[in-house]
Amino acid sequence: MTFRNLRRKALNNVMLSITGIFALMTVSSLFLILAYLVYNGGRSIDLDFFTELPKSTGEVGGGMANAILGSAEIVGFAALIGLPIGFFTGVYLAEWGGATFSFLVRYMADLLNGVPSVVIGICTWTIVVRPMHTASGIAGGIALSLMLIPIMAKNTEQFLREVPRTLREGALALGAARWQTIATVVVPAARKGIMTGAILGIARIAGESAPLLFTSLNNQFWSNPFHEPTASLPVMIYTHAIAPFDDWHRQAWAAGLVLLVLVLAANIAARWIMSRGHAAVRG
Amino acid sequence: MASAAATTPIPGKSGVSSLSRRLRSGDEVAWLIVILFALSVLLITAVLVAELWVGSAAARHKFGFGFITSRVWNPVTDEYGAWPFLYGTVVTSVIALVISVPIGVGAAVFLSELAGGRLSDALTFLVELLAAVPSVIYGLMAIFTIVPAMRMYIGPGLKAAFGFLPIFQGPVYGVGYLTASLVLSIMIFPYIISVSREALLAVPREQREAALAVGATKWETTWQIVIPYARLGIIGSVFLAFSRALGETMAVTMVIGNDMTVHTSLLASGNTIAAVLANEFNEAIGAIHPAALIELGLVLFFLTLIINGMARLLILVTTGKGAHHG
Amino acid sequence: MTVQPPVAAPAIVPPAAKLRAKGVNFYYGSFKALHDISLEFPANQVTALIGPSGCGKSTFLRSLNRISETVSGTRIEGEITLDGEDVLKMDVTSLRRRVGMVFQRPNPFPKTIFENVAYGIRVNGLAKRSEVADVVEKSLRGAALWDEVRDKLNTSALALSGGQQQRLCIARGLAVGPEVLLLDEPCSALDPIATAKIEDLLVALRSQCTIVIVTHNMQQAARVADHTGFFLLGRLIEHDRTDVIFRNPSKKETEDYITGRFG
Repeated sequence: MTFRNLRRKALNNVMLSITGIFALMTVSSLFLILAYLVYNGGRSIDLDFFTELPKSTGEVGGGMANAILGSAEIVGFAALIGLPIGFFTGVYLAEWGGATFSFLVRYMADLLNGVPSVVIGICTWTIVVRPMHTASGIAGGIALSLMLIPIMAKNTEQFLREVPRTLREGALALGAARWQTIATVVVPAARKGIMTGAILGIARIAGESAPLLFTSLNNQFWSNPFHEPTASLPVMIYTHAIAPFDDWHRQAWAAGLVLLVLVLAANIAARWIMSRGHAAVRG
Repeated sequence: MASAAATTPIPGKSGVSSLSRRLRSGDEVAWLIVILFALSVLLITAVLVAELWVGSAAARHKFGFGFITSRVWNPVTDEYGAWPFLYGTVVTSVIALVISVPIGVGAAVFLSELAGGRLSDALTFLVELLAAVPSVIYGLMAIFTIVPAMRMYIGPGLKAAFGFLPIFQGPVYGVGYLTASLVLSIMIFPYIISVSREALLAVPREQREAALAVGATKWETTWQIVIPYARLGIIGSVFLAFSRALGETMAVTMVIGNDMTVHTSLLASGNTIAAVLANEFNEAIGAIHPAALIELGLVLFFLTLIINGMARLLILVTTGKGAHHG
Repeated sequence: MTVQPPVAAPAIVPPAAKLRAKGVNFYYGSFKALHDISLEFPANQVTALIGPSGCGKSTFLRSLNRISETVSGTRIEGEITLDGEDVLKMDVTSLRRRVGMVFQRPNPFPKTIFENVAYGIRVNGLAKRSEVADVVEKSLRGAALWDEVRDKLNTSALALSGGQQQRLCIARGLAVGPEVLLLDEPCSALDPIATAKIEDLLVALRSQCTIVIVTHNMQQAARVADHTGFFLLGRLIEHDRTDVIFRNPSKKETEDYITGRFG
C-alpha cells in the first residue's frame, strides 16, 4: 500500500474513533449527573425529607414536604389548564383548520413554544400576580400551563394526523358525524401518542423553576396555593443550592435526586408506552 | 331530514330521529369548542407580546435605542442599559456552541454512520434524556463540580498556557462566562445530536455507496459526501441549540457570577439577560426599574424568535428535501 | 422471442480469468442467500448475470467489490480472487478502486458534473491537480457523454436527464481506472433510447476493462454479453458463452427461464 493510502486509512481510523469517543462523552454525562445525585442526594433521603417542613436557616434537619406538595399542586393547576387547551387546539389543527387561520394558530403556538421560560414568568407576573397583589401557586400553575399548551397542541396534532384516513372514512361511511368520528375513532386511535406527549409535557414543566420565581415564589411553610406563595421543588433546589449552608446543600441534592428520578421515570415510561403501542399495531 | 324520519318509523323510538338530528349539528358545537380553544392560543400569545411591549414602555420611552448599547445599570439613578447582558448572553451561548457543535456533530456521526440500529436508538434515547434534566439540576451540578474545577484546574491551566490572550486574564473565581458556557454546552448536546443524527440518517444510502464504490474510505465518504448533503439539517440543529442557550436561565444564573459590567476575560464573572431577570425582577421597584427589566425580556424574546425561526426554516427545508429525494 | 446471436467458431481459447469466484456462500444473518457459487469472469469481456427477481445475482455482484459489507450482519464465505489476489483479504478501498460499480438508479453527488467525475481521482490521489481536468475529459469521453456536457461541466449534475446521469456515474467509475466494472441493472430506470446508448457503451468499454452486468432483461444480456450466468434461488445453475446459454442450455431450469416459462 502506498504511503498516501496508509495515511488515509490511519485518518479514517482516528476520526471514526474520535466520533465514538464524543458519543461516549455525551452519553456518560447523563450517567455522571445521575451518579452525583444518587451519591450526594441519596444520603439525605429519608422519611423526614418527605414529611418535614424546612427548618429555619442554620438549623440542621427538616425536609421539603411542602415543596413536594406545592409542586404537585402547581403542576396540577398547569395540567388542568394546559392539557385541555393544548389538546383541543391540536384537535382543531389536525381535523379542521382552514388554511390561514390554522397557519396562524400553528405559528403562534410555535412562537409560544420558543419563548424563554423566564419571559413567560415575567408576563404571568404582569397578568396574574400584579392584579392579585400576591404571589400564588395558581399563578405558577398558569405560567407553567403557558409552556404546556404548545407542547400538547403540537403533539396532539402530530399523532392525530398519523391516524390513517381510511379509519375516518370507515366511520363516516357508517353515518357517524364528524365530531363522533373524531371522539370515538380518531382520538382513541391516537391515544398512546397523545398520552405520552402529555406525560412528557408535564415532566418538562415539573422541572421548570424560572417561571415560578416570579409567580409562586417560595415558602418555608405549608401554604394555600390560591393566594399565598407556594413552595416547589425546583425553586427550593435553587435557593438551597446558592445558599451558604452545608445542610441546605445536602437538602438541595436530595431534592434534586427526587426531581430527577420523577422526570426520568416519566420519560422512560412515556418511551415504554410508545414502543408497546407500535408493537401492538404491527401485530 | 324530517321526511326521512317520517318514512322510517321505529316502534317505540320516535324520539331517536330528533335526537340524531341534534347530534348531527353537534358538529357545529364541536367546531365551536375547538375554535375557541385555538383562538385562546392566539389570544394568549398576543397578550404575552402586548404585556412585554406595554410593560417596557416606560423604559423604552426613556432610553430609546440607546438601551441596547448602554453599559450602565444603576437602580439608584434609574439608568439602565442592556449591553452587559446582551454581551454575556451572546458570548456564553456562542462559546457553548463552539464547544458542543464539534462534539455533538461528531457524536451524531457515530450514531448514524457507525452504530448499528438498536445501539444507535438506545444511545440516542439516553442522549435525549439529557434534554429532560431540569435546568436547576444542571445548575446544582455545576456549582459543585464545574465551578471548583474551573477555580482550581481549568482556569489556572488556561491562564498558564494562554495567559497572553486577554480572554484568559484576570482573577479566577470559578464562576464566570466560561463556566456558564461549559454548563450550557452540556445542556445543548441533545438538541444538536438528535437533529443532526436525523439529518445524517436522511442522506440516501446510494450516496454513500457511490463514494465507497470509487474507493473512498468511510471517513472520507462521511466528511466529503454525507455531512455536506445533510448540512442544512445540521445547521438547523445549531440554530435550535443556539436559541435554547440564549434563553437558558437557572443553570446560568447559578454559575455566571452576576456581575453587572462587561469583561473581556472569559474567566471573569458576567451576566446574561435571563440571569439578571431572575435575580432582580422580584426586588425591582419604582416605575423604571421593572420596565427596564421587562424591556430586557422583550429583547430576549425577539432574539430567540429570530433564531428559532431560522432554525425551523432550515429543518423544514431538509425534511422537505429528504421527502423529495425519497 | 429470444435474439439468436451467430454461433461462434469451435475450439476458441478462452481468455484468461480476471475475476474468479470459487465456492462462494453469502449470508444475511442466518439466511443463506448464495450457495456455492463458482464462476470466472474472463478479462476484457462482458459477462451478464441473469435470473428472476430475488435469485441472488445482485447479492453476488455486490460481494465482488464488498459493498455488501455496508449492510451489517452479512458474511461472505469462499474464495474470490482478482488476478489471483484474495479479494476478501485485500484492503477494501484499494479493491474498490480496481473494481468499480455503477448502481441501479443513477446516484450522482449533488455537485457539478466536473466534481462528480473528479471525486474518485481526488480522493485516491490519482492525478496531479493540473492533470485532473484531462482525466475528467477522458472519462467523460469513455462514457460517451463528453459532447453533451463539455460546455456545462460546472453545472449541477442533477440537472442532467436520467440516462445522462447514469452515463455520468459510469464516467465517475471509469475515472479511477478500474480493471473491472460492475453494473447492477444499470438501465432498469432508463428509457429505451438511453438504454441503447449505454449498451453500446458497455460493448465498447471491453477494451478498457472487464465488465460484469446484472440484468433482468434477457434480450439485453443477449445483445451485450459475451458470457452469461443464470442464477436461480441463490444458486448458479449454469454459465457459458451467451450464444450457448440462449441456443443450447444444458439445464432445464435455464431453458424454462429463457423461454419465458417463468421469470
